[in-house]
Amino acid sequence: MAEIELRHVNKHFGPLQVIRDVSLTVKDREFVVFLGPSGCGKTTTLRAIAGLEDIDSGDILIDGKPVQTLRAAERDVAFVFQNYALYPHLTVYENMAFPLRAVRMNRAEIDTTVKSVAGSLGINHLLKRRPSALSGGDMQRVAIGRSLVRRPKGILLDEPIGSLDAKLRETMRVELKRLHVENGSTSIYVTHDQVEAMALADRIVVMHEGILQQLGSPADVYEYPANMFVAQFVGSPVMNMKTADMRETAGKVQVSLDGTDVAFDFPSELAGKLSAGKAQKDQLMLGVRPEGVLISRDAQDGYVELVAGIIEPLGSHDIIDLKVGDGILRARTKSAYVSAPGQKVWARIDPAQAHFFDATSGISLGVRF
Amino acid sequence: MAVVSTRAGRLGNRIAIAAVIVVTLIFLSPIYWITSTAFKPLVLATSVPPTVVFEPSITPFVKLFTKRAQLTTPVDPAVYEAAPWWEKLVLDGGERLSRDGRGEVVFSAYPDRFANSLIIAVTSTLLAVSLGTITAYGFSRFRVKGEADLLFFILSTRMLPPVVVAIPMFLMYRAVGLNDTHIGLIILYTAFNVSFAVWLMKGFIDEIPKEYEEAALVDGYTRMQAFFKIVLPEAATGIAATAVFCFITAWNEYAFALILSNRRAQTAPPFIPSQVGTGLQDWTVIAAGTVLFLLPVAIFTFLLRNHLLRGMSFGAIRK
Repeated sequence: MAEIELRHVNKHFGPLQVIRDVSLTVKDREFVVFLGPSGCGKTTTLRAIAGLEDIDSGDILIDGKPVQTLRAAERDVAFVFQNYALYPHLTVYENMAFPLRAVRMNRAEIDTTVKSVAGSLGINHLLKRRPSALSGGDMQRVAIGRSLVRRPKGILLDEPIGSLDAKLRETMRVELKRLHVENGSTSIYVTHDQVEAMALADRIVVMHEGILQQLGSPADVYEYPANMFVAQFVGSPVMNMKTADMRETAGKVQVSLDGTDVAFDFPSELAGKLSAGKAQKDQLMLGVRPEGVLISRDAQDGYVELVAGIIEPLGSHDIIDLKVGDGILRARTKSAYVSAPGQKVWARIDPAQAHFFDATSGISLGVRF
Repeated sequence: MAVVSTRAGRLGNRIAIAAVIVVTLIFLSPIYWITSTAFKPLVLATSVPPTVVFEPSITPFVKLFTKRAQLTTPVDPAVYEAAPWWEKLVLDGGERLSRDGRGEVVFSAYPDRFANSLIIAVTSTLLAVSLGTITAYGFSRFRVKGEADLLFFILSTRMLPPVVVAIPMFLMYRAVGLNDTHIGLIILYTAFNVSFAVWLMKGFIDEIPKEYEEAALVDGYTRMQAFFKIVLPEAATGIAATAVFCFITAWNEYAFALILSNRRAQTAPPFIPSQVGTGLQDWTVIAAGTVLFLLPVAIFTFLLRNHLLRGMSFGAIRK
């Protein structure tokens, strides 16, 4: 197992730049998830590491050794494809033995290795079958088995559970995590599903338009998004994002949203923190996740009166649309806390869960309470 | 409603089956005709109306493989008695077998021509399919500059009826000494078929997800190894279908074989009708030659029938 490092990697497809100056280090035994919408360059980056895609400039290092000029076969990494790419004309056993035959391992050793890996994946009973006779989950297990037999320096997974149904996806997610814990293989995992990313990753790399947006632990990325893109891409439902207007009146700091007179109280340190973050007063955006919007059925000090719109009951909790001017502010409440649309409620924004961004650059102003 | 539509469906099925039977009969009738003629005595071959019930004999096949001459005088009974059964069949028809100086029966040119057909058709099919597969793979997997134009050019070689270039071909072949050589016909048929093979194989290879090879590349194989270990087995259906089509074209080709070969490299198609007019018109011998000539294609197609069926529906089904 090994460390994988990217240094200033760039890649174009014709006039389109799909990777823009991406640099990062995946530490030994680390599980890193590339997260981003489709077309953000995450898969291309992964394929570049595998050697399936050439890069225009920059370095890719595996264990400190530049590999960007090496063929895929010489990089000693394994790749798990979204469509599994199991060879249809070979049995499961032969599929898993295939990488071992490439290095001319002897028969007995191949047999032991394949069977032990198959055992750890619980697919020993499938070894004689053809891939076409397998369920989606089993195909994925075989594909992962094929990547593990060689004990490669790194395992690259391209949306490996993306084409499974929701329930199976959850099972496989847990299984992937267990395998990573057992094998400790350096892994890079590409997905557009932020739940998967949060669940699996030691660190998440959020990508957008070929640019690395943020690199951090799942908690970091969730709690301290580096910019508006990350803030709105990670988390479900999406973070509320409003233009903000800060007013100081009589020692009280209030922030009004979307140019309306709906103004929420904030601690008085806000003004100082904003100017420390070099915020421009008319370029302020406030982001707050629905759970950061606190709701009360009764009037309370510091709470603003609003009217509830659509209510989405999600079982464990409800998501309520609160009308703010022409827009809405979404809040998370206990189930059935607000009974019907049109009901009056009182809301407050938890300053600890509020994020301030520069509207033009989208970059976080780093305000924390 | 459901019952009614099911009944209508059943009726539709029956009509379809009846139509298939009729079409099959229409297609099979010439084959029946030629096959039955191959087993008829000469007098019945041209009888009007055609004879349907007759006693089959293999005399035409004996004649096909031998050289014969018309009997001018009745055959000596002692010679007749001494002759083996198959020679008697010929003698019964008023002909005698030609023999060489040592008294051995002289064989006709048919086996040689048949062998020529096999050598030329098989070799050109192998060449066309392998060249076609490699070319198609290149077009399918790599960014080739002017890919569309090149592919169109390859296709355009099929746009003229081949006979249009017969005379230039003849002159060229004479100039370079390829006339009446196996290699000459092999090159020609390969050139005919390779464009077709490229297009057909490209369709098949395009359907093989490139992830298969990429998986092999990452698993430690070279592009070449991945091609042989992964792409070829996956493309087997396409290769079989393409091979059948190429083989049939090369096997049946008549016009160029007639122009560009006359003895050493002559294939069966120009040879069989050339038997008309040597002596009397013995249609039964021609029929026998034709029936044997039909067999290789029939066998080849039968062996690959499953691939062919899949091959014909290729592109219609998304994986």
